[in-house]
Amino acid sequence: MIQIRTDRFDPWAELQQYQQQLSFKGKYGATAVFVGSMRDFNEGDEVRAMTLEHYPGMTEKHLEKIIQQAEQQWPFLDALIVHRVGNILPDDSIVVVAVWSAHRANAFNASRYIMEELKSKAPFWKKETLAQGSRWVEKNSS
Amino acid sequence: MSINVRYFASLREHMGKADDRLEADLAKTVGEVWACVSKDMDMPANTLCAINMEYVDAGHVVKDGDEVAFFPPVTGG
Repeated sequence: MIQIRTDRFDPWAELQQYQQQLSFKGKYGATAVFVGSMRDFNEGDEVRAMTLEHYPGMTEKHLEKIIQQAEQQWPFLDALIVHRVGNILPDDSIVVVAVWSAHRANAFNASRYIMEELKSKAPFWKKETLAQGSRWVEKNSS
Repeated sequence: MSINVRYFASLREHMGKADDRLEADLAKTVGEVWACVSKDMDMPANTLCAINMEYVDAGHVVKDGDEVAFFPPVTGG
């Protein structure tokens, strides 16, 4: 399941709600979760806010593809990606990736792969608001 | 029919617009689309190109009705 959303969300509440409706209860022994949040600093500067832009349609298409590629390598039961767009403030959650699988290795590996591929392939762009002016983030850190 | 051209993020600001429409017979490849819409301005380093929401390189052939997009390296997550 992929969600691109503009509203602020609580990642743990989202996960709890999503997990409650899973149809394969008792079949998974591992859930790997990654939550990415907005920092109030970058490249030595204070960052006061951020705007996240995406390419509607292409972003969803590539996230779907990334999930499929992960599943081919490390079969799992389900994966969830929630990604924020629009105006974001420090401490807000930006992204949640969760993978449910029978055993931990596939959940760990698939979630790591999904997150790294999202960072390098999914069309999202960050623009930071600094104390003075704003700037586009030119590349992702690891 | 024509080619729909879209720009995102810093490239949209660089171009001063979000999209363009180009007569299909003016360009055979993504690179030629860029040359037409930018009036032969150099493509900024690291620009990524897509046709119909799939990544392609600048030499990829375009056809009538395609959506061609240009954007900087992605920085999500």
